[in-house]
Amino acid sequence: MNDEVAVARPELEEAARRAESRRGFLIALPAWFYLTLFFVIPLGIVAVYSFATRSSTGRTILGDWNLNAYRRLWDSLVVEIAARTLVLALVTTLICLLLAYPLAYYMATRRPMVRNILLILVMIPFWSNFLVRTYAWKVLLGSDGPVSQLSQALGGEPIRLLFTNTAVLIGLVYGFLPFMVLPLYAALERMDWGLVEAARDLYAGGWTAFRKVTWPLSLPGVMAGSILVFIPTLGAYVTPAILGGAKTTLAGDYIVSQFLAARNQPFGSALSMGMMLIMLAATIVYFRWFRPSGRDL
Amino acid sequence: MSVTAGIRPKSPAERLLATNSWLVFAFFYAPILVLVVFSFNANDNVGIWTEPSLRWYREVFQDQAVLNALKNSLIVAAISTVASTILGTMAALALERFRFRGQKFYDGLLYLPIIIPEVTMAVMLLLFFAQGFQWLDSTIGWSPTFGLGTISLSHIAFNISFVTVVVRARLGQMDPRLEEAAADLYASRWQAFRRVTLPLIMPGVLGGALLALTLSLDDVVITNFVAGPGSTTLPVYVFGLVRRGVTPLINAVSVVMLVASMILVAVSFGFQRDPKSRVEPSSRS
Amino acid sequence: MSDAVTLQGVSKVFGDVYAVRDLDLAIGDGEFFSLLGPSGCGKTTTLRMIAGFEFPTQGSLRLHGVEMALQPPNQRPVNTVFQSYALFPHMTVEENVGFGLRMKKVAGAEIVERVRRALDMVQLTHRATASSKQLSGGQQQRVALARALVNEPEVLLLDEPLGALDLKLRQAMQTELKDLQERVGITFIYVTHDQEEALTMSDRIGVMNEGRLLQVGTPQDIYEQPTSRFVAGFIGEINLLPATIVDHESVRLAGGRLVAATTGAAAGSEVTVAVRPERLSLFGLGETVPARLNAVRGRIVRRVYFGDVFYYDVDTPDGVIEVKEENRPGVALHEIGEEAVVAWDPAATTVVES
Repeated sequence: MNDEVAVARPELEEAARRAESRRGFLIALPAWFYLTLFFVIPLGIVAVYSFATRSSTGRTILGDWNLNAYRRLWDSLVVEIAARTLVLALVTTLICLLLAYPLAYYMATRRPMVRNILLILVMIPFWSNFLVRTYAWKVLLGSDGPVSQLSQALGGEPIRLLFTNTAVLIGLVYGFLPFMVLPLYAALERMDWGLVEAARDLYAGGWTAFRKVTWPLSLPGVMAGSILVFIPTLGAYVTPAILGGAKTTLAGDYIVSQFLAARNQPFGSALSMGMMLIMLAATIVYFRWFRPSGRDL
Repeated sequence: MSVTAGIRPKSPAERLLATNSWLVFAFFYAPILVLVVFSFNANDNVGIWTEPSLRWYREVFQDQAVLNALKNSLIVAAISTVASTILGTMAALALERFRFRGQKFYDGLLYLPIIIPEVTMAVMLLLFFAQGFQWLDSTIGWSPTFGLGTISLSHIAFNISFVTVVVRARLGQMDPRLEEAAADLYASRWQAFRRVTLPLIMPGVLGGALLALTLSLDDVVITNFVAGPGSTTLPVYVFGLVRRGVTPLINAVSVVMLVASMILVAVSFGFQRDPKSRVEPSSRS
Repeated sequence: MSDAVTLQGVSKVFGDVYAVRDLDLAIGDGEFFSLLGPSGCGKTTTLRMIAGFEFPTQGSLRLHGVEMALQPPNQRPVNTVFQSYALFPHMTVEENVGFGLRMKKVAGAEIVERVRRALDMVQLTHRATASSKQLSGGQQQRVALARALVNEPEVLLLDEPLGALDLKLRQAMQTELKDLQERVGITFIYVTHDQEEALTMSDRIGVMNEGRLLQVGTPQDIYEQPTSRFVAGFIGEINLLPATIVDHESVRLAGGRLVAATTGAAAGSEVTVAVRPERLSLFGLGETVPARLNAVRGRIVRRVYFGDVFYYDVDTPDGVIEVKEENRPGVALHEIGEEAVVAWDPAATTVVES
């Protein structure tokens, strides 16, 4: 029996730890490799393209690097589109919050049986095909669609909502509302309702108890839901493409048109980079200040 | 107490809450309902109701373009679901059970495809494939084209992250002592994974796979960018039709896609219910 | 008697914190050995090193003479009963118990037979096909025991296995565990922070604090002759009075009173005198206190009724002393505010470092 070999020493412990670490790395490797190839490199290419030049025929010349594409980001048209997109995203988020909070509160305060049924009722639209759900509004809002027909049947004017900002707003709220309800519900359901009772016991009225206890405790859910609605709304493409019109161009459409119509890849790349930076900023703000307690991400 | 609670007069606030909730649910379901009703309308004109019929469903299943797009969708969904489930589960395991160099970076990298707007990712992949194909052509003379391959590769790229998040949540709930117990009972690393970890995280893996399947079957934006001629998927095909207008045929296709979504929801509830309902009520004895 | 487990100079460092420092310990074959200490004292880390879940940073760990310090857990002839049992929730009771044997590739028929015997031993034959999630806490505990013992390990490691049970069940399981250990004759290493468990079940106890093994001995040794202030204070209730050594037979308490106690420390050094409350008696001022007893006078400031006993707090010049008096005829009842004398046998006095 050779004790020299088998007795623990710091370097052997370290070697074992390193072998374990290597094992983890190897398991992580395939996904890492895949994402490097199909995500990191593509991201790099977009970054590179944003400094390239567009030839008169619409080809991209890799060389003659410049900041022209970024300069165009300050064009009044681009600023207008960005502002419209931002306002629309904020309004959508706010409306979703106003609709979803009472709903989530209502759900969380039901009996478990009712709660589960309501949860399923929210999950169904959440999982349903987004394109189809948006299309349903096109059917509803069309000039000879049910909404307009109903208005006329009641003796009113035909309603022309399709291809307006309002239609896009309705579509976005409809599309992303479940993304707001679910995190809010999760936060409220997890909450210790004993705390609300404690507040009531300490002479807080119903409204005060809500303001001082329920609302602050549900803030992580509010933030998570807001980020889940705000970010995809900023980049929305399908909804405006279906429900919006020529005068309602949003950032998403605009970027797509740079590639599929205008064939200005450097400018489209610069737009993408700009949008990505806004998202990253929003996400970082979220994780810095409203990081959901508990798990380390 | 509970009896009196049931007949307690409801406060105005409570009533307001209930009204809001039912209005939101009406908002959720009314458009879907209208769509379903109109899909059974016999008339060529969407707005004018004549009589119920299955005419448009018959047309859907005779429309070669729709069937072709459907086939493409299923192929891409199958490939990307399987690949991303395997890669995502491995990534979740590595992140949740190991400590390795570059882990923080890896973790952040995995979140990016979720955070990044779809449009941006579509742009990235389009330029990547275009550039890559050009490079392959000039170096080894192989010139692949856009098609089901590029669509599948792209779907895997965004699905990995979603699978990882779902599987990781499940792994996080699992008591790591169970793996130690397996090792203590003479199981090798692989046996412990195969016999203990995998069965226990299976609902998470299946849930992740289902999410990947749904995302793949729903994707329009990215697919639209990386599809080639003749390789359109169903959502992209429908998207093209929808942009042009509202037709009874689209109504019917839409309802078919909705039904597919519903089936997936039902299946997912099946996964989630299974372990819970078996474990929770019986664990107190 | 050969040693089942030998640890020599074992240390475990996490980052730059010593979880276990320079541990030397030999545990005999067939012994019921408890590692006792507060949470974070290193007892669980020690157990996990023996199981193989952690590798020591330094030192030698032998099982029946075979060096095992760096062997993975699945290659060690030891089994563990986990704190929360760690039963596989997706398996039945039988499948849980048979898991180790299946991993060791024992023949099918033998597995069936051994699982049956193991379940019989813990009286759970009737629950063999139940899902492990359907069991009560006590039953889960028994399955965890059977799952470990069925493999006939050289050493059984138990990590606070009774912690999750309620008091009544815990007391019943203590007896059952001890009986079981005597029947199977396997070495048990039992980690606990509960001194009562350690005292009632163990052949020997090792008391740990801050990564160090402070004292190893029989329950009586540990309780009656603590060698350190920590061990004295951690186990049972005790009065700790600051004092100064006078000579080999006496120490002077802080209040100036000279009491008899046997010590080896040098005259003039600061020490602590430790006396258990149940070793103290209260005498009224009118009573005569036997001359051979140590005696301190004070005033009763508190009396707490515990049913079978009374606790008195007596304020003396040497500090507040807690006295435990039995509640039975013949033992005088004293009132709060009364002057009284606290007296004890010099043999019941332990002197530890200050």
